[in-house]
Amino acid sequence: METSNRFLSRSEIIGFAVLAAVIFIVLPVALDTFRLNLFGKYLTYAFVAVGLVLCWGAGGILSLGQGVFFGLGGYCMAMFLKLEASTPENTAIQSTPGIPDFMDWNQLTALPAWWQPFNSLAFALLAVVAVPVIFAFIIGVAMFTRRVGGVYFAIITQAFAAILTILIIGQQGYTGGVNGITDLRTLLGWDIRTDEAKEILYYVNGVLLFAVLFAAQYVRKSKLGRLLIAMRDQEDRVRFSGYNVANFKIFVFCLGAAFAGIGGAMFTLQVGFMSPTLVGIVPSIEMVIFCAVGGRLSILGAVYGALVVNWAKTTFSESFPELWLLGLGGLFIAVVMAFPNGLAGVYAEHVAPRIAKLFNKSAGDDMPGAAKTPAE
Amino acid sequence: MFSDYSMSELGAIFAMQGFAGLILFSVFVLMALGLAIIFGQMGVINMAHGEFMILGAYVTYLMSNLFSAYMPGLFSAYFFVAMILAFIASGALGLLVEWAMIRHLYKRPLDTLLATWGLSLILQQIYRSVFGAREVGVTIPDWMMGSMPVTDLIEVPINGIFVMVLAVSISIAVYVLMFKSTWGRQVRAINQNRVMAGAVGINTEWTDRLTFGIGCGVAGVAGSAFTMIGSTGPTAGQLYIVDTFLVVVFGGAASLLGTIASAFSISQAQSIMEFFLSGSMAKVLTLLTIVGILMIRPQGLFALKLRK
Repeated sequence: METSNRFLSRSEIIGFAVLAAVIFIVLPVALDTFRLNLFGKYLTYAFVAVGLVLCWGAGGILSLGQGVFFGLGGYCMAMFLKLEASTPENTAIQSTPGIPDFMDWNQLTALPAWWQPFNSLAFALLAVVAVPVIFAFIIGVAMFTRRVGGVYFAIITQAFAAILTILIIGQQGYTGGVNGITDLRTLLGWDIRTDEAKEILYYVNGVLLFAVLFAAQYVRKSKLGRLLIAMRDQEDRVRFSGYNVANFKIFVFCLGAAFAGIGGAMFTLQVGFMSPTLVGIVPSIEMVIFCAVGGRLSILGAVYGALVVNWAKTTFSESFPELWLLGLGGLFIAVVMAFPNGLAGVYAEHVAPRIAKLFNKSAGDDMPGAAKTPAE
Repeated sequence: MFSDYSMSELGAIFAMQGFAGLILFSVFVLMALGLAIIFGQMGVINMAHGEFMILGAYVTYLMSNLFSAYMPGLFSAYFFVAMILAFIASGALGLLVEWAMIRHLYKRPLDTLLATWGLSLILQQIYRSVFGAREVGVTIPDWMMGSMPVTDLIEVPINGIFVMVLAVSISIAVYVLMFKSTWGRQVRAINQNRVMAGAVGINTEWTDRLTFGIGCGVAGVAGSAFTMIGSTGPTAGQLYIVDTFLVVVFGGAASLLGTIASAFSISQAQSIMEFFLSGSMAKVLTLLTIVGILMIRPQGLFALKLRK
């Protein structure tokens, strides 16, 4: 990795500035509100991808259950919005007015106790981060202190994604079932469905993403970040040096979960619903591919990865729906076989030296952490 | 929850659900055997395992159509031909995949996982383009239809018995291959110490390829058997892949006996709970129990003692 101890090296400052320009200037100018909202949705996946860069790229922990945390964050937000939308006036035609419509359809006559706290926005916002973190903490403590890692961890997190999906679909009366929580309208009286609201939410999303990126950058530059990389490469040596490996892993796993939870909440706000199709095994593993395409070692790459893959998905599935799965499958294979460091790796190997040559400088100071270490 | 039923009814329920569990057990064993070879012995995560199984199922479907169109006289025996062809088709695809993809990734297990997931997406799309998105069913020969009454309350379906017999015979075949044949000895030697195995003259590359091929072939046979009790769709493989991995991990990755024992306990627990709870809750409880036990005992039920 790069040797600089500064928070941001010069090329990293440029990298962050370019991304900021893309998110805050280029995309809003170039796109209409509908497309901008779509890109806002893609950027919510970037939260997950950044978390995965820390967990997987730096820490070597591949979680195939990030959709769980994304979904938990999203559901916490959706529960608040749903309660706000289900005023007794709005739901007067139900047999029990004042409870969410799907509860009424499933013959529930009162709001379940664990829904009650979600009447408060403060609690819901706290839960968006806290619920995924607590969940990740439990999984992390159970797995990492028992030294479960690698592929076993991946399979077990995948099982969690399966469990949560089945649970949400099965408990229709409490969770909205397979349709999810839909028909969300206002946030504290502010209509989130208007064009204006969508644009504001896009910018809020962008600012939050940058907060997450800076947090991730801080972790990478700290001693913790270096220990994570040391653990990924030689776990036993770190352990023999006296560090408690499990604690670091739990921390980074929880951090990734918190990022994913924030992303999920922003997804709910921008798209206006939350459903189990965003929680299960397939979306969780797709989130890994966003990270892998962007470059598993680069937090900025992860953002571009999420944007590019999702944009390609929308474009291809609009025009050639039958080709998309082939393309996605090919992408998985190509990124693993040919470009293990993703876009960031391609940039660092082919683009950065040319730019450096152009400006006649040494090419030593590359994209943040890209392509200097071999994959895994 | 037991008070609504009389004793004899409860007994019959347990017997019938137990039998349904045995069929599920057979499916799990058939699927998990291939995976136990590939994952347990080679440490390769093959997320496309379900798709290799579906390939076997589609081969059986084609054979069923072919026999009923051209050789109706031999129709009652088509299944055995189909099974052999399923083994060959899935096995050949497995050899190809190992050669093109897996052999480059042996040192990067997590990457193998992603690459094979990509492969599974491609195979799914190919199945969808070739066979259509709708599920297809095979025509079951007459002798497999119907059920056998055991007592007044208990009946067992014949195709279920057939799948069970198949699962047992394939388990025995894999056991013999694994523990009595030269190939099996080589595979186990490589699993224990790859470098030393190479040093004593075992062609590790070729053994790896063959192992992957045989594992995939067994998956094809599993898919073939699967058509006897359910229909086949392009995404059917994905439904089972997590269950199957959990079966193998729960049993202790390198142990065949462990795989069978864990398939048995998981399938029995699930099908007996399914009667009293809703299907989804039974599944959630089963999965949670497995994950819980794996947290206490990460090496699975039966672990080989190995110095790594």
